[in-house]
Amino acid sequence: MTAIAIQATDLGKSFGVGDAKTVALHDVSLEARFGEMLYIVGPSGSGKTTLLSVLSGVLRPDAGTVSVDGNDIWSLSPDRLAELRLHKIGFVFQDFHLFPRLTTAENVAIPLILKREPWDQAIGKAHEYLEIVGLTKRADLPPVKLSGGEQQRVAIARAMAAQPEILVMDEPTASLDGDTGHSIVTFVKNEILNEKRCVIVVTHDSRIYDLATRILKMEDGHLVSVENGEVS
Amino acid sequence: MKGILKLAYKLLVNDKAKFTALLLGITFAVFLMLQVTSTFIGMMKRASSTVYNIAAPVWIMDPAVQSASAAIGMPDYVLDAARSMQGVSYAVPVYSGNSLVKLDDGTYQPATIVGLDDTSLYGRPRLLQGKIEDLYGENAFVVVKDGDYPKLGSPRVGTEFEVNDHRGVIVGIADVASGGLFGTPTLYTTYNRALQYLPNPRFTISYVLLQPKSVGDVAEIKAQVKAMGYLALTKDEFIGRTSSFYMWQTGMGINIMIVAVMSFIVGLSISGQTFYTFVLENIDKFAALKAMGANNRELVLMILSQAGFTSLIGYGLGVGLCSLMITVAKTRLPSFASEISFVNLGLGLFMVVIIAAVSSYFGVRRVLNVEPFQVFRG
Repeated sequence: MTAIAIQATDLGKSFGVGDAKTVALHDVSLEARFGEMLYIVGPSGSGKTTLLSVLSGVLRPDAGTVSVDGNDIWSLSPDRLAELRLHKIGFVFQDFHLFPRLTTAENVAIPLILKREPWDQAIGKAHEYLEIVGLTKRADLPPVKLSGGEQQRVAIARAMAAQPEILVMDEPTASLDGDTGHSIVTFVKNEILNEKRCVIVVTHDSRIYDLATRILKMEDGHLVSVENGEVS
Repeated sequence: MKGILKLAYKLLVNDKAKFTALLLGITFAVFLMLQVTSTFIGMMKRASSTVYNIAAPVWIMDPAVQSASAAIGMPDYVLDAARSMQGVSYAVPVYSGNSLVKLDDGTYQPATIVGLDDTSLYGRPRLLQGKIEDLYGENAFVVVKDGDYPKLGSPRVGTEFEVNDHRGVIVGIADVASGGLFGTPTLYTTYNRALQYLPNPRFTISYVLLQPKSVGDVAEIKAQVKAMGYLALTKDEFIGRTSSFYMWQTGMGINIMIVAVMSFIVGLSISGQTFYTFVLENIDKFAALKAMGANNRELVLMILSQAGFTSLIGYGLGVGLCSLMITVAKTRLPSFASEISFVNLGLGLFMVVIIAAVSSYFGVRRVLNVEPFQVFRG
């Protein structure tokens, strides 16, 4: 049994009040382990992005706990939680959220700059990560000059630059064609995933299900099934 | 921290359209604020030109005098009393009045006549041409070469004119610290010749100019003058009294203040709105930074540094533009009265700091309230 990267217990989250209240998470418990690529799948509105947000420390749950390294992250102060996200978790957003006014290398260097690394050193490391994702020649271009697949790889390089233990990817193939999407996630599985790292992917793209270690299926805020593993 | 500041800088300046709009807004506001306040300061200096140019340390005057250009005649005993006061090194009379000068082409030109003490010529201007001793010659006058000098037909040494049917002759051309406010050329002569040439009321001394033995004697001299029923002011106090009169009792100050406030509001509106739009357009990026681990202090620092940097650059450009305009205008319009001082530079900087603070306040509020969860919504 590999070590647990994230443990979530009895998570609950709802939005709105009164008649407009929507329950996004209902008593969700799960574990994500190092060395595995964990998928959270389900139809739109099933609560998978909410779950990812709660697990990664950007959305406070109404109930339940999320533990990283044995610490309940939602009991941390906002600054400590931000520090934990900076050092432990890498994010690949659905829309990439690359900074159009910065070069590709500068985008990748952002987490390092937030970690107070000197600018030139951060840019140097960013070039190394761009080499890993095969975009060395694009380092000085702004992201808008790159294709969707290239932007996705820049987002992955940025997420990996701070060497996080946990990589969360929100709909990583949503903006890409089928082949590109599959190759990107394959790249993550082959090059990024290892026994000291956990990758959590939220997706509803069944074309990449074959790359998952485990798949958690959600419906209406409930965790309804687990494939290739046990129910948490 | 340097890296975060550099990141903020690049996010700002690489958005060229917004950065340019921000700079234009602040530059324009600073330019307007400096321009109107410079004009006011220049006019105030000119209103006290007699005080600046004669530069006596202490001035005795009638208590009803509100500004340097509106002297009220004092009897001769005031001069005698001043000379006998403790702490006075010496005291001299000065005459300041206006008259029509008839030029050799037959036209008349109003002019300010300053009559200096015959014995000492205390308060004499620096001569560009001629010798000051020539002022003792028959009908002698020295003309000031300022913006109003051409109104006398740009006279040279030896040029003749008439004042109240008396012949006058230019024996020197002088330079002074400040031109007058009212657009009249200035002629210097001796005190007694001024009285001889100009129609006089009963009392003829415009001001008594005092040189105290030491700065510490000024308070005692003031008390003694006050006991006589007159007023003694230091040079700076007299300049302040004149400025205060024009500022509060002529409407000039209020009008200038209104224009300055309007410039401030225009600058604040343009810069504030543009900066807030800049923050709003980047709000998802700030949310992404938050999600990635930036804390609120770092985001606030980024916004403040962006607002501060833009404001200081805009301030510099505004000051430069205003200085350039004043310099160019003065080469074309010698009477142009604008003058930049540390006072309006400081005022402009203060207003720019307020613009930066208000602009960034709303941006900071927006960024502090943004949820990093927003970046997952797509």
